[in-house]
Amino acid sequence: MKLTPFIVGALSLALVGTASAETITIAVVNNDDMIRMQALSPAFTAASGVDVNWVVLEENTLRQNVTTDIATNGGQYDVMMIGPYEAPVWAKQGWLTPLDALAADPGFDIDDLLPAMRGALSVDGTLYASPFYGESSMVYYRKDLMEKAGLTMPDAPTWEFIGKAARAMTDRANDINGICLRGKAGWGENMAFLTAMSNSFGARWFDESWHPQFDQPEWKATLDTYLSLMADAGPAGASSNGYNENMTLFQQGKCGMWIDATVAASALIGDKSTVADQVGFALAPDTGLGKRGNWLWTWALAVPKSSQHADAAQKFINWATNKAYIETVAAKEGWANVPPGTRTSLYNNPAYQAAAPFAKTTLDSINSADPQHPTVKPVPYVGVQFAAIPEFAGIATNVGQLFSAALAGQMSADDALKQAQDSTTRDMTRAGYIK
Amino acid sequence: MATAQTRNLARTMMAPAVVLLFIWMIVPLVMTLWFSFQNYSLINPMMTGFAGLANYTYVISDPSFVQALINTLILVLGVLIITVIGGTFIALLLDQPIWGQGILRILVISPFFVMPPVAALIWKNGFMHADYGLISHLMRFVGLKPIDWFAQYPLLSVIIIVAWQWLPFATLILLTALQSLSEEQREAAEMDGANAVNRFWYIIMPHMSRAVTIVILIQTIFLLGIFAEIRVTTGGGPGFASTNIAFLVFRTGILSNDIGAGSAGGVVAVIIANIVAFFLMRAVGKNLDA
Amino acid sequence: MARNVSTQAKVGFTIGAWAIALLLFSPILWVILTAFKTEAEAIANPPTFLPEHFTLENFGAVQDRSDYIKHVTNSILVSVGSTLLGLIIGIPAAWSMAFAPSKKTKDILMWMLSTKMMPAVGVLIPIYLIFRDLHLLDTVHGLTIIMTLINLPIIIWMLYTYFKEIPVDILEAARMDGAELWNEITHVLVPMAVPGIASTLLLNVILAWNEAFWTITLTSGRAGTLTAFISSFSSPQGLFLAKLSAASLLAIAPILILGWFSQKQLVRGLTFGAVK
Repeated sequence: MKLTPFIVGALSLALVGTASAETITIAVVNNDDMIRMQALSPAFTAASGVDVNWVVLEENTLRQNVTTDIATNGGQYDVMMIGPYEAPVWAKQGWLTPLDALAADPGFDIDDLLPAMRGALSVDGTLYASPFYGESSMVYYRKDLMEKAGLTMPDAPTWEFIGKAARAMTDRANDINGICLRGKAGWGENMAFLTAMSNSFGARWFDESWHPQFDQPEWKATLDTYLSLMADAGPAGASSNGYNENMTLFQQGKCGMWIDATVAASALIGDKSTVADQVGFALAPDTGLGKRGNWLWTWALAVPKSSQHADAAQKFINWATNKAYIETVAAKEGWANVPPGTRTSLYNNPAYQAAAPFAKTTLDSINSADPQHPTVKPVPYVGVQFAAIPEFAGIATNVGQLFSAALAGQMSADDALKQAQDSTTRDMTRAGYIK
Repeated sequence: MATAQTRNLARTMMAPAVVLLFIWMIVPLVMTLWFSFQNYSLINPMMTGFAGLANYTYVISDPSFVQALINTLILVLGVLIITVIGGTFIALLLDQPIWGQGILRILVISPFFVMPPVAALIWKNGFMHADYGLISHLMRFVGLKPIDWFAQYPLLSVIIIVAWQWLPFATLILLTALQSLSEEQREAAEMDGANAVNRFWYIIMPHMSRAVTIVILIQTIFLLGIFAEIRVTTGGGPGFASTNIAFLVFRTGILSNDIGAGSAGGVVAVIIANIVAFFLMRAVGKNLDA
Repeated sequence: MARNVSTQAKVGFTIGAWAIALLLFSPILWVILTAFKTEAEAIANPPTFLPEHFTLENFGAVQDRSDYIKHVTNSILVSVGSTLLGLIIGIPAAWSMAFAPSKKTKDILMWMLSTKMMPAVGVLIPIYLIFRDLHLLDTVHGLTIIMTLINLPIIIWMLYTYFKEIPVDILEAARMDGAELWNEITHVLVPMAVPGIASTLLLNVILAWNEAFWTITLTSGRAGTLTAFISSFSSPQGLFLAKLSAASLLAIAPILILGWFSQKQLVRGLTFGAVK
């Protein structure tokens, strides 16, 4: 009988041992906010007893690895970072675990999620991925350079104004480029920007019967505006600049304006930035057609069906996308550095409003992006800067290469558009959309 | 000398290697062949069934297919020319009596130890970056406008990076061959009054021909599959200016998640590799007996 | 170097050789220097040569993000493990090809080499499916098997060309003494073959260490090697050149140092039969 406590003790120790031995593998993109999450994750392990195995990869490599894994049911990952392009497509294939436990947890407060984000990550009202941060796009500009050019940035500029300002701000002798825009090929790089931009010119990827529209004047206007702007006021080597490269350029004071993700705001006014006190914010430009060139994206955490640790994985997602996580980051790094764009409560928080001068523009941008009606004319697809069909990533990768070549001066805008039209028609025919 | 017993023993000793390599070759090859005749998209499980030759016509009619073929050829030949000529030159130089030969050899051999993604990243960010790359700094220093390497000369940039990685290998093999040229042969040539150029053409070159063939064979095997360097630096672009066959297969199969077409591309790549191999093996095979 | 060359010529050759050697080494030197600079200094214009503010903070930042020790351990296990496995399989095969050649030997050798020509990207999905079903995804032994198979042809070829240069009459003499075959291998062949084996071993450790396709695509968190390690530092945000240089230096340092110390052994067998 004396042995019982020992046995119980040993058993419970063993149980604790196995519980803490549970390890989940998490794959995320190597952006600053995710690296911060990785640094904070020991707190999660301490609280839950679940060990975390991090896979932090550059975006393209990560996408390739998780797509291969989930499509072959490989089971290497328990938590994957995906976006609103993948979430609905993968959920429809039955590859993702519905986040019911999360939705049912009052502490998680699902109704606090911004409707745009929740909608983009849900299928038929069921949440399949929980947003870690959310973004639209907006204009960043240098107040000092704008003043020097004798111009005033309106809250909601037009492309015409942007063009004028960019050329006026350009000062090649002092290494200042009027505007920095994405040029690096990729469906999530230059095509995200150009597709969003094309919406404001009234262009669309496909008409109602899925015929590509690159032979239409709206796309020509988009590409011509983009190319001439970049030729007159863009940085050298623009065709290899993506989000990260442009952010670096802006932080170093080499860009007068930059139109990109709203999530960059905190880094531009942070201590890594040499121009922190001169950054202004404005809505993405339009051409008066009723649509602005701003997109909608979120990096969200999802649990693949192949995961052997779905419960622990949901626990982690709850930890990482909860209000409490935002407060933890705020306490450690200040309110300006919390992951933005996911929760209504954040934008109602006076402390955040005070610390984040970009909060209002960000929220307005997010709320004005409409994935159901991305552009002026009707479209058969959902998504602002993408079309949520499985084939889009491959198709837009090719088109992105062509537009990047046009930017590099390797081919003319007309050639790029013609080849884009041909290659997209070819792929859409193969996939069976065009009969 | 080969009795029946030793022959059997020899077979037994070879068996594990042969069997393993056979499995390694045949299993993926058969699966790839099978997939290449199927409708198989990773992200669209609705696409199933026999595809006939559709995947092959799709790949071969790819607008960048011909360019990828040409790029592959330019890439392989470009790197081979640079490494063989450069390697011969450096080997001749290192074979001279010079001070600090040990350290020199270490410096020259070093690029061979750098893994391809690191090599590509070093060149991309540290050297060839249009803004803060060392080459750009140097060009500005002498009053020139910096070159945007990966936009203006994408294929050449990749060739430079790959050639840098393989130059040490070529140099080492050629140097070893050079040093095996006996002292008597050289001295005899010198006493015959042959000048340096004649010595090079009539004594050294014939002696090195075998080493050159070896360099070409081994490098070609690796160069046909160049991939990491392209992916890290140019992503095959701008346009398709630096897309080779390996990258085309990657783009069709993996980036577009179209395993059927990707497999067809893989089969095409194997066929091309075998055509190259056929000619190479004949050339080298002759030399192996000599 | 018994040749008589004038001092003048020697100076000329030395300068030329050093210029080229430094040019070839400069990318690596630049990485080493940049790794110890601050991020701001790394992209300063005009650039500094030696770090003005010598710092180790980049290495700290790299280690915080990615467990270097884990990745370097995996790299060592995979490269050394696959090479040893390859030698165990390759030595008998190369021996029999070299000493009991048949008409088919050359064809077999060429066929083995041709298996290396299969483009890895083309067979990714088949291999991934096989690995999934055999539970080899993200395992060190799975990677070791792949590396062994990839490098086996090179191992066999190197050993074969090396073994062929061992004079056969020594073996015949050993046989007349009645030595058993096993003795023949262990006491006669192996001592003579050691330099060749050492060289093969070194080259294949290097090749396996630097392999950057399978090591990235078949691993997630546990079995990732240094190529996966470096992949998390490419195209990061903000100022990154110094951190990237530090990560690059960490990734190449072990094999660079091994290569420097063993270059004599490496070179000795690196002839592939090029020297008669």
